[in-house]
Amino acid sequence: MKSWNGVSAVLAVLYLSFVLTPAPAAAGPAQDQILKHYQDLAGADVTFSADRGKEFFMAKHTGGKPKSPSCTSCHTKSPLKSGRTHANKKIAPMALSKTKDRYSELKKVKKWFRRNCRSVLGRECSPQEKGDFLVYMMGQ
Amino acid sequence: MKRTLILTALIAFVGAAVTVDESQARRIKNKLVKSECGECHMAFQPSFLPAESWRIIMDDLENHFGDDASVDEKDAVAITNYLVKHAGRKRRRKKGQPPLRITKLRWFVREHNHEVSRRAKRRAGTMSNCTACHRGADKGYYDDD
Ligand code: HEC
Ligand code: HEC
Ligand code: HEC
Repeated sequence: MKSWNGVSAVLAVLYLSFVLTPAPAAAGPAQDQILKHYQDLAGADVTFSADRGKEFFMAKHTGGKPKSPSCTSCHTKSPLKSGRTHANKKIAPMALSKTKDRYSELKKVKKWFRRNCRSVLGRECSPQEKGDFLVYMMGQ
Repeated sequence: MKRTLILTALIAFVGAAVTVDESQARRIKNKLVKSECGECHMAFQPSFLPAESWRIIMDDLENHFGDDASVDEKDAVAITNYLVKHAGRKRRRKKGQPPLRITKLRWFVREHNHEVSRRAKRRAGTMSNCTACHRGADKGYYDDD
C-alpha cells in the first residue's frame, strides 16, 4: 500500500510538471519553424524564456516613437484581448490560443518585429528578445 | 480668343468640381496594396490624393504619421507604382507641401464639418477611420449614410 502511494505521488508530480510546462505545445509546425529561425540566430546556448518575454512585453521602453512606449500601447496588457492601432483599427489578440494563425509566416513576423521594435525601442530587437516574446505568446 | 479662354477656364472649373465629388472612389484591385496599406487602417483609395502626395508618403514609411510602416524594397516599388498610376488629379492649392492627409483636404473638411455628429466622431476615434461611418468605404462607397 505504502509503495503504491509512493508511485502515485511520483506519477502526480510527473503529471503536474507535464501540465505546467509552458505550452508551445499549442504551436504547430509553422510556429516551430519560426522559433527555430530565431533559435538559430540566437545560438544553441540560449534558452528562450516565457517569463522574460512577458516582462519585455509589459515593460515601458524608451528610445522609440512617442505614441508607442510599450508593446501594450497597441496590443493591450492582455494577450487574450484585442488591441487597437493608432488609426483605431482592431488588432486580433496576440495569444496563439486566441488567434490560430499567429506566428505562422516568417515574412510577416519579421516585418512586424522590425516595425514595432523600432517604434517602441528605437532599435531592432535581439534574437533572444524575439524568441522570448514568441514562446510567451505561443504559451498564452 | 477670349471665348476660348473662357471656355478653357469653364472646363477646368467643371473638371475640378467633378473630381471633388468623390461619393464613389475606384476600388483597389491590387492585393499587395490592399493588404500592406490596410493593416493599420483601411487602404485608402489612391484617387483621394495626387501622385506627388503618394510619392512623399511612400518615401518615408519609417516615419508614417507617428508609426513605422516600412515595407521591403520590392513591395515599396510595386505599391508606389500602383498608387501613382491610380492617383487623383492635382488640385489647385496654395504654395507649399503637397497634402499628405485626405482628412485635411478642403472638400473633406467641408463635407464632414457639420454633417458628422460628435457621437459618431467619438466612436470612430479618428476621422481617418472611414469604415467606422461609411460601411462600404473599403469598396469605395461613401454615399451610404
Ligand atoms: C503602433 C502599434 C503597435 C505596437 C506599439 C506594437 N505592435 Fe505588434 N502589431 C501591430 C499591428 C497592427 C500588427 C499586425 C496586425 C495583426 O497581425 O493582427 C502587429 C503584429 C505583430 C506581430 C506579428 C504577429 C503575427 O501574427 O505574425 C508581432 C510578432 C508583434 N506585433 C510584436 C510586437 C512587439 C514585440 C511589440 C513591442 C516591442 C509590438 N508588437 C508593439 C501593432 C503594434
Ligand atoms: C503600422 C501601421 C500603418 C501601416 C502599415 C500603414 N499606415 Fe497609413 N497611417 C497610420 C497611422 C497611425 C495614420 C494616422 C491616423 C490618424 O491620425 O488618424 C496613418 C495615416 C495615413 C494617411 C492619412 C490619413 C488621413 O488622415 O487622411 C494616408 C494617406 C496613409 N496612412 C497611407 C498609407 C499607405 C499608402 C500605406 C501602405 C504603404 C499605409 N498607410 C500603411 C498607420 C499605418
Ligand atoms: C465620424 C464619421 C465619419 C468618418 C470617420 C468619415 N466620414 Fe465621410 N462622411 C460622413 C458623413 C456623416 C458624411 C455626409 C453624409 C453623406 O453624404 O454620406 C460624409 C461624407 C463623405 C463623402 C461625400 C459623400 C457624398 O455622397 O458625396 C465622402 C467622399 C467621404 N465622406 C469620404 C470619407 C473618407 C475617405 C473618410 C476616411 C478618410 C471618411 N469619409 C471618414 C461621416 C464620416
